[in-house]
Amino acid sequence: MRWRALTLAATGLLLACTRPEPAARPVILATTTSFQDTGLLDALLERFAAEGGPKVKAVAVGTGEALEMGRRGDADVLVVHAPKAEQKFMDEGHGTRRRALWHNDFVLVGPPSDPAKIRSLRSAAEALAAIAKADALFVSRGDNSGTHIKEKELFAAANLVPWAHYLSAGQGMGETLRIASEKQAYCLSDRGTFLKLKSTLALEQLMESEPPVMNPYHVIEVSLAKHPKVNAAGAKAFADFLVSGSTQSFVARFGVDRFGQPLFFPDASGGPVEPGR
Amino acid sequence: MSLAAETAAQLGTGGSELWPVGLLTLQVASSGLLIASAIGIPAGLGLALGRFPGRRALIGLANAGMGIPPVLAGLLVALLLWRSGPLGSLELMYTPAAMALAQALIATPVIVSLTAAGILQLGDELPDQLRALGASRWQQSWLLIKEARLPLLAAAMAAAGRLLSEVGASMMVGGNIRGETRVLTTAMVMEVRQGNFALALALGLLLLLLALSINGVLTWLQQRKTA
Repeated sequence: MRWRALTLAATGLLLACTRPEPAARPVILATTTSFQDTGLLDALLERFAAEGGPKVKAVAVGTGEALEMGRRGDADVLVVHAPKAEQKFMDEGHGTRRRALWHNDFVLVGPPSDPAKIRSLRSAAEALAAIAKADALFVSRGDNSGTHIKEKELFAAANLVPWAHYLSAGQGMGETLRIASEKQAYCLSDRGTFLKLKSTLALEQLMESEPPVMNPYHVIEVSLAKHPKVNAAGAKAFADFLVSGSTQSFVARFGVDRFGQPLFFPDASGGPVEPGR
Repeated sequence: MSLAAETAAQLGTGGSELWPVGLLTLQVASSGLLIASAIGIPAGLGLALGRFPGRRALIGLANAGMGIPPVLAGLLVALLLWRSGPLGSLELMYTPAAMALAQALIATPVIVSLTAAGILQLGDELPDQLRALGASRWQQSWLLIKEARLPLLAAAMAAAGRLLSEVGASMMVGGNIRGETRVLTTAMVMEVRQGNFALALALGLLLLLLALSINGVLTWLQQRKTA
């Protein structure tokens, strides 16, 4: 009977869907959207799998949410970019080890017409102040991500408060850049994501900040002592892979063929994290 | 190159990447629908035939539940399945099984509500006659389900449509993990974020194709005797 055939087919699909996991426990990686949106995450996961590493389940959320997942023990390893928030996480005892991975910098992008005239300015702080003073459109991530945290730090340092045309998107870097592009607004972006998306956006990088607004990424292994369900061995294997020489030189070359410049600059020397980074 | 041409190229060459995502979408949605039907059809029958206090309130609850936001269903299942949650030791978070569970939560009220409505629509006489003719509870239920075949399949179609198109629950409990929990809708969100509009459109077309075929099969099942 047709009903029976249909039920059988459906049961088959259900079974195929719930097939048992392989013996090695998967590693849950909570990371930032910029890591995924630049394409680097998928490239590195492929290399890690090729080396015979355990399965990594990568969930791309903002840095703020990734740290929260670590605090609850819902992730094994984190790749994040908000040094002060990371330090707090370590001080609370949620992480066993935090190592430097790579960095790029944040860039201020905006409409080519540059209504706030930031093109001639030298520092990000001056430029943000000019945007605020001109009451120009500015789109913020607004999602407690690493980029949003950096934006808040820059605002606090320049004594700025959100103005009438300051919009909070509450979304990932890619969506936020797209909103800024459609609205012809200014936006703070990490350089990697902006380079990746540049060809589809009506935005320009309007200035090079001196000093650059650094954007360092770190890998944190979540503490087994604090969270007994954590896959510490898998987390260590993946973190070791990220700081290894071959991964670091791969990252240094990543994106050069398509964008003419690297998206990230390797930082892992094996040593402790420099203060202030 | 025009977006349309690029989309066509993606459907052609990107096939090896696209089809597994489509297959997983189908697997998750059909599992969710199966679980929802296993719970929803008996529950709907009970609500339609039973005479007990609170029955109307329960029907009202099922009707209201048809509007449960997928992202809320996702959050509720995530709270259960996170390692820090009560079912954390099952390690189901970020698996297709977790997605199927969240989808079952979305689809169950649809099945319950439309099953109850379909059975109620048959009137009071048929259930009573079946009992009078000596049918057991099981036989009565089976005959009523067969009689309400049209509305039941309509319920399945409505639920399937909701499940195939939802993105909030799949993103939250699945995590959009490549090769594991990436379904058509979550892949679309990610590709749009990355500026790959042609690929996102190709994924969307595949999703549309899937929805049309599933509804085609269900419509054929629904109409094959009445046509």
